[in-house]
Amino acid sequence: MAIKTGSGDFVDNLGKIYGIYTGGFAAFVILLAILEQIGVPNRVIGYLFVFFTLSVYAGIGILSRTMQISEYYVAGRRVPAFYNGMATGADWMSGASFVGMAGSLYVLGYDGLAFVLGWTGGYVLVAVLVAPYLRKFGAYTVPDFLAARFGGNLARFIGIIVLFCCSFTYVTAQIYATGIIASRFLGMSFEVAVFVGLIGILLCSMLGGMRAVTWTQVAQYIVLIIAYLIPVIILSAQNYGVPIPQLMYGQALQEIAALEQNMVAQGLADGTLLKPHIEPFTNYNPANYFFLILCLMVGTASLPHILMRYFTTPSVREARKSVGWSLLFIFLLYFTAPAYAAFAKLEVYQNVIGASLDGLPQWVYTYGQIGLMKVCGVDATTVEAIRAACTAAGNTDGLLHLRDLSINVDVIVIATPEIAGLPYVIAGLVAAGGLAAALSTADGLLLAIANALSHDIYYKMIDPHASTARRLFVARALLIAVAICAAWLASTRPADILSMVAWAFSLAAAGNFPALVLGIWWKRCTAQGAIAGMVTGFGVCLFYLLATRYGGMPLWFGINNISAAIFGLPVGFIVMYVVSMMTPEPSQEMQDLIDEIRTPRGETIIDAARDKAGA
Amino acid sequence: MASPDSSGYWEKTKQLMWITLAIWIFFSFIIHFFVVPLNGIVILGFPLGFYMASQGSLIAFVILIFWFSSRQDAIDREYGVAEDD
Repeated sequence: MAIKTGSGDFVDNLGKIYGIYTGGFAAFVILLAILEQIGVPNRVIGYLFVFFTLSVYAGIGILSRTMQISEYYVAGRRVPAFYNGMATGADWMSGASFVGMAGSLYVLGYDGLAFVLGWTGGYVLVAVLVAPYLRKFGAYTVPDFLAARFGGNLARFIGIIVLFCCSFTYVTAQIYATGIIASRFLGMSFEVAVFVGLIGILLCSMLGGMRAVTWTQVAQYIVLIIAYLIPVIILSAQNYGVPIPQLMYGQALQEIAALEQNMVAQGLADGTLLKPHIEPFTNYNPANYFFLILCLMVGTASLPHILMRYFTTPSVREARKSVGWSLLFIFLLYFTAPAYAAFAKLEVYQNVIGASLDGLPQWVYTYGQIGLMKVCGVDATTVEAIRAACTAAGNTDGLLHLRDLSINVDVIVIATPEIAGLPYVIAGLVAAGGLAAALSTADGLLLAIANALSHDIYYKMIDPHASTARRLFVARALLIAVAICAAWLASTRPADILSMVAWAFSLAAAGNFPALVLGIWWKRCTAQGAIAGMVTGFGVCLFYLLATRYGGMPLWFGINNISAAIFGLPVGFIVMYVVSMMTPEPSQEMQDLIDEIRTPRGETIIDAARDKAGA
Repeated sequence: MASPDSSGYWEKTKQLMWITLAIWIFFSFIIHFFVVPLNGIVILGFPLGFYMASQGSLIAFVILIFWFSSRQDAIDREYGVAEDD
């Protein structure tokens, strides 16, 4: 097949290939819908979904195998802006974004929109400040750039530590998410599901590196966005007659506001405790809300697995445009999530709260049985169980009150097909989408970690004379080793690791952002300054996270530790500035290199240096 | 070839950077400072303050990036530092 030869054939025909793929996927979903109608059991449908999609991703991964270094690390720099945008979208949207984001918005109301804003606006910083310049530089990894700009292996090593701290917990959480999704939808045991996910991830990434991950991520984006949009579009059409949920949930917001007042009036909810959905600052105070937005945005522009996606475009111009496409594709999911939250809240306020305990909708029990819905403090497994618990809790009127109900954030997306009364095939589709989201993010993260270990540590620091074959062998061996460590850790269900994922953004922001931005935009920034700034900024951030979580240290100014970069960033910038001013100006050679980075025209710096060395 | 500094290319690029970041700050933060008064305006059921955080600013970000990249491309071409098409 064309993809194997690495010639232009595959890249020239992307539209056709992915068009056929999308049509094939639609046909496959329709086929399964027919199978369901003629009586094939749900379990079989679920398995078919997972195995079909996994084998397509694995197939792409195997066809994209490569023995060339630049194909392995940066997909040969031939990925067009539009497709790199899709791949970045899949890279970006994790299992948690897909499954949990709508639920967080359900719980937090307006304040949850800090995540929607924070996880989109950062791309403006990526496009303006960082990505095009890193693309011109031509690095294989982010630490590669830090080393070249800031005098060698010390800066490289700090960059690797930052990368490892923000990527490893994150990849563990993705593998955990694949286990959760597969076990919930397919009834596999969680531990088995984790290793099925691991195999899926390895098949996609191991043989072809960045090239394979790029083309599977595009395929995964298509599955995940279809799976995310279909249920809520149908729900919107059913409830409001217009299949545009993003427009129609305005009405749901109005109905929710009316129902909130009703519940208080009827004594179903306590007026002082009820947090109206659209009212700002009921969960976060304004300082925490805005600092969270800032930290997530700056973190976006500093996460190595995202930045390295822009190393793969054919030109600097394409890299910039590609950021726009990325955000457009991400936007499609993020502007839909609030619609999920609003529709689910409306359903709960209309049909669950205030219902008699004997007459709760069936879906409450479906998800209660897998531990995702609690009524009066116990899993909603049977009518008898919740009746007993509610009586014990002092509920005398036999009606469900707002305070009695506790919903796991994952339920909102998972339960929507059932709430809308859709056939099981749609639930299977959602499971396939969640898996695609988790797998694609895991691939990107794993590659970022393994590339830093193989390219930066092994090749640049240990054995600079290693042959191509040996470098690729080491890269693959490390990829497998990191993946197995992460999967093993995920299979132990580490509660701490999972709650630390949100820290990745602050750690990346404090560790990388000042050095990347000043390294490009301020010629006077010296190696000593950058190293001191990275160490102190990252150190302050890490100290705040660990001391507030484990050391019992009180919060500074009441700032939640998820926004720790709000302390690390200014420290990093100030130290970098002061130390740079105290140390001698960077050499003329370095200033010329910065001029080169700032000029889109011409070879990448890395290629130019190699040509010079060769000549 | 003249360096980006001496040719004025970098000056223009910086100017565009500041303009883009100013618009970014407006849609990321400033507009949301006024969420409470904006929520008084309701369009199609959406309180405007809520709408801006859930959709409006996001749309602005997407448009902003595409606008920025075409402006930057125009600057690149003006100073002859654009890559070949």
